[in-house]
Amino acid sequence: MEPLSNRRKQLEKKEMTFAERAYLPAIAQGLGITIKHFFKKKATVQYPEQTRERSDVWRGLHVLKRDENGAERCTACGLCAVACPAEAITMTAGERVKGEEHLYREEKYAVTYEVNMLRCIFCGLCEEACPKAAIFLQDDKLAPARYERDEFIYGKDRLVEPLKTTETK
Amino acid sequence: MESVDLLYKGIYILVIFGITLLIATYSTYFERKIAAFIQDRVGPNRAGPAGLMQPLADAGKLFFKEDFIPAKANKALFIIGPGIAMLVATMSSAVIPFGDMLLIGGREIYLQAIEVNIGVLYVFGVVSLGVYGLMIGGWASNNKFSLLGAIRAASQNISYELAMGLTLIAVLMLSGSLSLREIAEQQHGFNWNIWYQPLGFIIFLVCSFAETNRTPFDLPESEAELIGGYHTEYGSMKLGMYLFAEYINIFVASAVMSTLYFGAYNFPFMDNLRQAFTDPVLGNNVVTLVGVAAMFTKIFLFIFFFMWVRWTLPRFRYDQLMKLGWQILIPLAILNIILTGGGVLLKDYLF
Repeated sequence: MEPLSNRRKQLEKKEMTFAERAYLPAIAQGLGITIKHFFKKKATVQYPEQTRERSDVWRGLHVLKRDENGAERCTACGLCAVACPAEAITMTAGERVKGEEHLYREEKYAVTYEVNMLRCIFCGLCEEACPKAAIFLQDDKLAPARYERDEFIYGKDRLVEPLKTTETK
Repeated sequence: MESVDLLYKGIYILVIFGITLLIATYSTYFERKIAAFIQDRVGPNRAGPAGLMQPLADAGKLFFKEDFIPAKANKALFIIGPGIAMLVATMSSAVIPFGDMLLIGGREIYLQAIEVNIGVLYVFGVVSLGVYGLMIGGWASNNKFSLLGAIRAASQNISYELAMGLTLIAVLMLSGSLSLREIAEQQHGFNWNIWYQPLGFIIFLVCSFAETNRTPFDLPESEAELIGGYHTEYGSMKLGMYLFAEYINIFVASAVMSTLYFGAYNFPFMDNLRQAFTDPVLGNNVVTLVGVAAMFTKIFLFIFFFMWVRWTLPRFRYDQLMKLGWQILIPLAILNIILTGGGVLLKDYLF
């Protein structure tokens, strides 16, 4: 048959030499390889004490940012939900009433804001879509494992950045 | 025998029993550590400093697991099986000389639980009984895979014991005695049997691996084909007993190999060390204690070797195992006997 490529190789099955048949030299070689690994640096990360370093651009758990006065930045425009390819984000919008200016930055705000962590693929398109720099995927937090499915739907209580104590009046 | 001697023997037997159990316990820890190190991992390090309490944690776990007995199993035999394995394993360390003689208050104290003039035969006899534990356990489980594992264990042990016995004959031809203490004494200083019996030692080593059911000859428990072999149906501490007996067997096999081939408690320049002391009693005791350390060093090196091999070699196929035993090791062992006999005759003729 014509060779389809020029990579064909003629293999020949040689008679094994006595050293090969005796098997022990090969065993000694194998033992040498394993004992070398005995002294190698270990790849283990000792988890609770050490944590594996993540890249700066690593995308983790979502956070809804506050502005410098402690008011929520999100205006419930819905661009993040539109941008989300996994349709993980839902929200309902509400109108700010008088006396809530210190709570919400603009007249419109998110009454509820939910991210379904089971759907989310951590692509980061929501933070790119956000015109108000409100939503970010943190580079130091994981969405932790949980037992129940409904615990994976993160509401505002778990998404909004906590108030810094120095900034509260 | 005097009552003092009896008391001493009793204490010594308890100590040896304790040491055997302790070494077997920590073998499980070191097995895991060595496995981890060879695979570039860290291994158990959470229980206690450096994970040293891990064997206790393992034992605690095994004790509190459900003690399950299959409905169709032969209950009495099912319970006796691991007991026999354990009993037989702990019996064989009795005749091994862990050290020479200590002189305390003008009394000669030999560091050996029982000195019998057929020590080697005793070890071999007791060790070969160990297969009853596996066989009974496998049969009583009433599980075909267990039975297959047990049959494998039995046929493997018989096959390899033949080659082992034949290599031993070559050692006995050199020593002219069946007493382990005498064999040890003949290897005084650096005059070890390994220099005269290199081929015999290699055969003996391979056979010890098969006898203790260690990789590459752990066919009775090959999890891929037989689930768990003879201990498939066992759980909790009964399983623990089987695994523990295996580690004791490794310890005993290491001790026997050190005694037969690596000079037991003898170490190089022991006479120089003895002469360095002006007081003969003190000199003797120091040499003996260093000898005990030498013996245990050799044993630990062998145990390490057992584990090192386990994480290097893949398991043999069963027909390859049998072929190696019957067609290669037994003829080689007979060849070794002939060579040894020739050597002994030649030595008599020349000198």
